[in-house]
Amino acid sequence: MNTWKNFAKGLIKENPVLVLVLGTCPTLATSTSVINALGMGAAATVVLICSNIVISALRKVIPDKVRIPCYIVLIAGFVTAVQMLVKAFAPALDQSLGIYLPLIVVNCIILGRAEMFANKNKVFASAIDALGMGIGFTLALFMMATIREILGNGTFCGMEIPVLIDNKITIMTMAPGGFFVFGLLIAFMNKFAKHKPRKKDFGCEGCPQAESCGKLSCTEKTKEAAVND
Amino acid sequence: MIKLIVILLSAVFINNYVLSRFLGICPFLGVSKKLDSATGMSLAVIFVMLIATAVTWPIQMYLLNPNNLGYLQTIVFILVIAALVQLVEIILKRYIPSLHKSLGVYLPLITTNCAVLGVTILNIDEGYTFVEAMVNSLGSGLGFFLAMVMFSGVRSTIEGSDIPKSFQGLPITLIAAAITSLSFLGFGGIIENLFA
Repeated sequence: MNTWKNFAKGLIKENPVLVLVLGTCPTLATSTSVINALGMGAAATVVLICSNIVISALRKVIPDKVRIPCYIVLIAGFVTAVQMLVKAFAPALDQSLGIYLPLIVVNCIILGRAEMFANKNKVFASAIDALGMGIGFTLALFMMATIREILGNGTFCGMEIPVLIDNKITIMTMAPGGFFVFGLLIAFMNKFAKHKPRKKDFGCEGCPQAESCGKLSCTEKTKEAAVND
Repeated sequence: MIKLIVILLSAVFINNYVLSRFLGICPFLGVSKKLDSATGMSLAVIFVMLIATAVTWPIQMYLLNPNNLGYLQTIVFILVIAALVQLVEIILKRYIPSLHKSLGVYLPLITTNCAVLGVTILNIDEGYTFVEAMVNSLGSGLGFFLAMVMFSGVRSTIEGSDIPKSFQGLPITLIAAAITSLSFLGFGGIIENLFA
């Protein structure tokens, strides 16, 4: 596959947050300020690149049946390493990211890329894919955080903005603002980015739980059929 | 005793896992379409949160902390939770098939749910005792249940409405979630002052 295409698809066409709708929890929680968003994006990107490289290199060694637990252990290892690095070199960031730093382990983007890409492709392609996806994730976080910080706090990266600083819409940095901005951004992507609106309304492909989730919708369908009969 | 009640109520209302801490958004958006699947999922989450806390708290306090292995927290917790969920599923399937039928489909979904890992780590971070940790897990689970059930009602109303094309599907769901979480902001500050 063309290396550039492989890299660029993560930025807009298959943006993990806005198009695939993976990793919603950290996106909503850490986009209250631009600094936090960039920190979270960088941490997740590092973990994503490392895990994609190692999983791709080991793809012929890991038995198919126990692959998910293996991936989780590998990812948890890298997350622990990143956590310790952040604690040592950026203690302020560690404070503000708090619980969401260890929770990178259960970020669907990382397990999703391992499952969808790294276990089928060569090491270099996987690394490029991870880099693209990581930057796409950071970009989406950055967009959300910019909107939320400017409107909610009247600042950008801590710099005060003249008129807005006196007219804060504090709700934007609180929980409801997160949901609201995220909804608007996805609607914007549906309208202007040239891709068809998703049939399924939630990002299931690449989610490691998709299989059992599929079972769930199947049971619902059979129930509906039973009711209709 | 009062402390326990405050922990319980603030976990349910003020620090609601879904609506103010943003944990467990995936099942919140994915499974909340129908009331019965929302109920099943949240009961399974309450159940797993309780047993996960009951196992991980002693592991942290009696195994990791005395041996200076605190940095292994993330790896150990996620492995323990994954193994536990598998074990519970097998046991339910063998001995209580009726319960397995109603909760079983949801159990594997919970393994990599950030709400469960989140509650176990937060219990340690907050420095709760064992009883407080269990109460906090129960409250978090109940809060998840409350948010899921409320939101499935909201969504069934959305289904029948006329929505602008680019807002169909996920965007309108998120905006509805924003309004639901707005209603939970009103609880802030009430519970601490209730017993003061």
